[in-house]
Amino acid sequence: MTKPRKLWRFHGGLHLPEHKQETCHQPSVKARIPTRLILPLQQHIGQPAEPVVKVGDQVLKGQVVAQPSGYVSVPIHASTSGVVTAIGEFPVPHPSGLPAPCIVIEPDGKDEWTERHPVADYRQLAPAEVRNLIRAGGIVGMGGAGFPTFIKLDPGPDKTVETLILNGAECEPYITADDRLMREQPHEVIGGLMILRHALQARECLIGVEDNKPEAYAALLEALRAHPDGDGIQVVQIPTLYPTGGEKQLIKVLTGKEVPSRGLPSDVGVVCQNVATAAAIYRCITAGEPLISRLVTVTGQGVAQPRNMEALIGTPVRELIEQCGGYAGEVEKLIMGGPMMGITLPNDTVPITKTTNCVLVPARGELPAPQPATPCIRCGECMRVCPTNLLPQQIYWHARAKDFDKAQDYNLFDCIECGCCAYVCQSHIPLVQYFRFAKTEIRAQEHERKKAELARKRHESRVERLEREKAERAERLRQKKEAAAATTAGGAPDPKKAAIEAAMERVRAKRAAAQAAAGGETSNPAQQEPAAAETAQAKETG
Amino acid sequence: MLIAVLALTILSALFGLLLGYAAIRFKVEADPIADKIDALLPQSQCGQCGYPGCRPYAEAIAKGEADINLCVPGGDATVVALADLLGRDAKPLGGDQAGPKPKMVAFIDEQQCIGCTLCLQACPVDAILGAAKHMHTVIRSECTGCELCVAPCPVGCITMVPLEQTLATWKWPYPAETTSWQPQPPQECVQG
Repeated sequence: MTKPRKLWRFHGGLHLPEHKQETCHQPSVKARIPTRLILPLQQHIGQPAEPVVKVGDQVLKGQVVAQPSGYVSVPIHASTSGVVTAIGEFPVPHPSGLPAPCIVIEPDGKDEWTERHPVADYRQLAPAEVRNLIRAGGIVGMGGAGFPTFIKLDPGPDKTVETLILNGAECEPYITADDRLMREQPHEVIGGLMILRHALQARECLIGVEDNKPEAYAALLEALRAHPDGDGIQVVQIPTLYPTGGEKQLIKVLTGKEVPSRGLPSDVGVVCQNVATAAAIYRCITAGEPLISRLVTVTGQGVAQPRNMEALIGTPVRELIEQCGGYAGEVEKLIMGGPMMGITLPNDTVPITKTTNCVLVPARGELPAPQPATPCIRCGECMRVCPTNLLPQQIYWHARAKDFDKAQDYNLFDCIECGCCAYVCQSHIPLVQYFRFAKTEIRAQEHERKKAELARKRHESRVERLEREKAERAERLRQKKEAAAATTAGGAPDPKKAAIEAAMERVRAKRAAAQAAAGGETSNPAQQEPAAAETAQAKETG
Repeated sequence: MLIAVLALTILSALFGLLLGYAAIRFKVEADPIADKIDALLPQSQCGQCGYPGCRPYAEAIAKGEADINLCVPGGDATVVALADLLGRDAKPLGGDQAGPKPKMVAFIDEQQCIGCTLCLQACPVDAILGAAKHMHTVIRSECTGCELCVAPCPVGCITMVPLEQTLATWKWPYPAETTSWQPQPPQECVQG
């Protein structure tokens, strides 16, 4: 055993009641195939996927049902075999409660796989090929953000990745999905890490596990020892402190490096991935299975038997809760994610997505009820606990006054919305709500500005076009006039007059011919008439 | 005396030449303040301010001919931004407009469209696609919602529809103030 690694500390943080004992000791259970699967087209950050199936199509397990549209996008796969029954708007897990485009599949119960293409030896593949396979497997960050993994694995030509970090901190209360994953499938996590290391050509690999998960730590060590090329990989126990699982916080704790404001971990030569993402990558490469299921913690006093479930992506929350013994007692609300950063669900018909790590069903009174906000007393507690070293009370004032420029001056966009400030606020001010409000408002204004810029360009080019057309018309008119003037002045035969002349000539010739044919006979006035009429007509037009 | 007059004359001539040269050498094409104002306007080119487009309105503000509170699509945010830029006091939105309207885009009922091209000519940002005697349609992403195409349509097939909210355009609401703390009068005061 090497000597324990030197660890650093990030600013602030909180020790929260953990509530992990309810679920962390029970083995995870495979959830039933649900009666219907709802697959949102957007389960990742970026552009939503585009459906490639029609209503009525028969699909197989693992078949692509929606293709990525654009670079920052990944495909969506059918989680089981069945028939596509609808493509339309359905409720999805989103704070707005708005419906979003989804593909609905009615499972046939056969759970029949489509053709899979496992890779025998990933080390034969170039990093770019590994990235393409990971993208084709629909893999996104499963820790919560849902950023497409293949993009994170491509830091760009001018950046080298020194350190690859697997995030097994799982710092938020109640959630134990990653804990169970590391205990039950440590080989898959380590295998995924190997593939990630190959794709990034990283020198050093670290797995960070909070010290409240000793079993997970031991399981990973065991798996690492059993692995033939475990050199250069270190499993590190880190002190339990919320929010150590934040990407930038974990990097600070493990390496001492600080990601610059509004920067990315790759700016300091680090790439961070969740342990569940690593396991999904392992299955994707070595078994050819896309991301169609994940571990979800179903917990809280409002559910009869809290436990971890391996659920198919698209399983409605209600069916998972039913398999955990149903609701118990008076349920206050439904939260997807943890109590600190999770979102409240509009109802229990919304599906599990690739980023759902927990469904929290708190009973009435289990979570502290929101209390009426009182004025800020400038105690500075929020500043003391902020893990990103911000001044929440200053940002709050500016966000409240809708002075967004000032809020940005105080680095609003470095806020990770961990909720520490609101948790300790003596005045019960919903600080995170203010920050979220300010962030979306600023983004919307930015979008408006871009649209206005586009409209201005389009208007300018339209004005230019109209002027050009006007000038061209004037030019054509002038040329025509000049040509007309030239013909009259030069005495050249006018085409119209020439045509009349020609017609007159033809008439004369006809008449002469008719007279010749008649010979000495008396000329017939009836015969002459049409010719005369023609002459008259020609004169009229002339 | 003569030397002083001479020296001053020469100096003034010299500086005059220098200034004249600088005026030609560093000539500013457009009024920069008009550009700055134009950058703050929403560029819908709707003409609701009474000027034929955003640029003419910006120039009118720069010259001091127009007030800063005439831009209806921009709403209060634009008035505040203009007030900031020009160092004037912000004022409520002028005209008969009660308040900011929801974002709208034009929609052509394609069954009724007769292909007259009148709306094409009215659109200030070329956001309507079509040709004579062919059906027209609005490019939604380019439409600024200026409503200039609605009036010219002889069959009334253009309507303004509100832009529906999607997950991408949804914004977190301003935190509810209903639960906020209200000052309570001390008990002694109640007794009067």
